[in-house]
Amino acid sequence: MLTLKQSRRLNTLVVGLFAWAIALLLFFPIFWMLLTSLKTEIDAFATPPQLIFTPTLENYLQIQDRSGYFKYAWNSVTISFGATALGMLIAIPAAYSMAFYETKRTKGTLLWMLSTKMLPPVGVLVPIYLLAKQFGMLDSRAVLIIIYTLINLPILVWMIYTYFKDIPRDILEAARMDGATLMQEMVRVLLPISKGGLASTMLLSLILCWNEAFWSLNLTSSNAAPLTALIASYSSPEGLFWAKLSAVSTLACAPILIFGWISQKQLVRGLSFGAVK
Amino acid sequence: MADLKVHNLKKSFDGNDIIKGIDLDIRDREFVVFVGPSGCGKSTLLRLIAGLEEVSSGRIELDGRDITDVSPAKRDLAMVFQTYALYPHMTVRKNMSFALDLAGADKQEVARKIEAAARTLELEPLLERKPRQLSGGQRQRVAIGRAIVRNPKVFLFDEPLSNLDAALRVQMRLELSRLHQELQATMIYVTHDQVEAMTLADKVVVLNGGRIEQVGSPMELYHNPANLFVAGFLGTPKMGFLKGRASRVEASGCEVELDAGCRLFLPVSGTTLNAGDPVTLGIRPEHLNRGSEGNCQLTVKADVSERLGSDTYCHVVTGNGEQLTMRIRGDFTPRYGESLSLTLEAAHCHLFDSNGVAVGQSLQLAA
Ligand SMILES: Nc1ncnc2c1ncn2[C@@H]1O[C@H](COP(=O)(O)OP(=O)(O)OP(=O)(O)O)[C@@H](O)[C@H]1O
Ligand SMILES: [Mg+2]
Repeated sequence: MLTLKQSRRLNTLVVGLFAWAIALLLFFPIFWMLLTSLKTEIDAFATPPQLIFTPTLENYLQIQDRSGYFKYAWNSVTISFGATALGMLIAIPAAYSMAFYETKRTKGTLLWMLSTKMLPPVGVLVPIYLLAKQFGMLDSRAVLIIIYTLINLPILVWMIYTYFKDIPRDILEAARMDGATLMQEMVRVLLPISKGGLASTMLLSLILCWNEAFWSLNLTSSNAAPLTALIASYSSPEGLFWAKLSAVSTLACAPILIFGWISQKQLVRGLSFGAVK
Repeated sequence: MADLKVHNLKKSFDGNDIIKGIDLDIRDREFVVFVGPSGCGKSTLLRLIAGLEEVSSGRIELDGRDITDVSPAKRDLAMVFQTYALYPHMTVRKNMSFALDLAGADKQEVARKIEAAARTLELEPLLERKPRQLSGGQRQRVAIGRAIVRNPKVFLFDEPLSNLDAALRVQMRLELSRLHQELQATMIYVTHDQVEAMTLADKVVVLNGGRIEQVGSPMELYHNPANLFVAGFLGTPKMGFLKGRASRVEASGCEVELDAGCRLFLPVSGTTLNAGDPVTLGIRPEHLNRGSEGNCQLTVKADVSERLGSDTYCHVVTGNGEQLTMRIRGDFTPRYGESLSLTLEAAHCHLFDSNGVAVGQSLQLAA
């Protein structure tokens, strides 16, 4: 028989192993991608896969040479940040009015907004493509910024709404009694209090924009193409260059992974500092 | 100067009338307390005055100026909330200076005002702390400080002490009283605690169901309640009520025959009663005496007693099942079920007609 202490220890061990197994499972594709990107095309193609090989940065250099990685990266950055900024600009006032001036229809509106996310994007591809064409916005960053803003808006509003909901109304009313205008109430009281929540919302929006591939592939070709389009361009027409595909994927994921990792630490701090009570 | 006038103020939420026509006149430097049972609309009335709710109809005037549609920011009123509502991301100093900063006040002037308020409220060592590093009582003081530095025309308080423990509440009550004396400011204070109402107020406004039941000084309300509601609401333990009917009405008073089985003559003047009308007689616990000397004797059965040391509150039941509370000396405790003789002091009885409205005038203050 195990003593209580022993069985507890065993429990912790099992749970720990399980967690590690899942973490490895999730991490493995990324690890394999990184590994493959450092191989030559021949090594990458070998069966069985080789674990021991001479690493090379050749693939990375070729990508920059052939396609100009930084142009795509810059597009990704401007589009993601642009759409996030625009989205926040619309979502914050929307969430404010829903959280603090709730009406009978508020809950319904929120659900309806979220339900638009259930529509398959391909269902509206043709009308949106035609609209973009009409306005001469095909292959422009502006069109992606607008589309990304719109598709992420329901999530942004919903998230910010839940953060605002946690803020006691009294605090805003106190600011109003103290002579704050609506703008001052928002900028000097509401936003600082909810900065942790707003930051995580922004991070999520950035990640969603960064990884979006459907619209970027369909609405851009060269000028405004972000990194997702760059990856796609390596996958089909040039045959199976696994090592280069891995390298370009690594390059596409790396910035947002690193950014996310750094800001996560800030976020945790921000969240615990922003506590209301 | 701060004269606040409210004319026929009404407010409804989604078709429910919550405030049903309030007329009120609050004079400069008065300490006015709104008191009433939960849900009667005290907070709503205060928020209407603050401008945090829009009025449905009626008018609010401050110093002769119509402020009914003025935004709360421009009314020059300060409010202290039940939840304190401090800005969690600002230090105590910033919390207090926020309003002045917004108004673009001179930096040195602001600093001076904050020092002064901090000294009054003993907040000096806490100025650089954030609200979450403060205790409930300290937060409350910061909330009051935030109001003081603005030097507003009227202070509004919505149950500011109800989140504090009993001892702190008593202490803060005294501090508020002192503050009112020092600042000579007009204050409106909402509470459901009648002890706070009695001790703090110059003028008590008793609200019930969105209407004013009575307005007056604490002693007026205590000694001359205008109706059964006010009579039963103010005073602990509650006033006891006995049913009966008017058996003889004269110019100098009225003889009442109680269902509990005794008859007494009440010196109420100006009654509109007719002989035979049903009435309710009210008597406070301190005006019931043990013994058999007196003009109205009741035989009652002792229910439970509450011993407070100095006094004992003895709950008794009359022969016909009506309940009374009697305040007696602390060294006497009747046994449960014991039979007692009581007398009522006729001079201190209140008489109410069948609508619950006080009949005539009962005995006057400190007579
Ligand atoms: N924003 C609102 N929407 C709908 N009904 C409301 C609103 N605010 C208050 N009420 C209703 O108005 C009534 C009075 O509320 P109020 O808060 O003024 O009561 P109160 O006298 O302050 O009570 P308490 O002592 O419990 O604080 C209640 O029945 C409440 O449900
Ligand atoms: Mg209230």
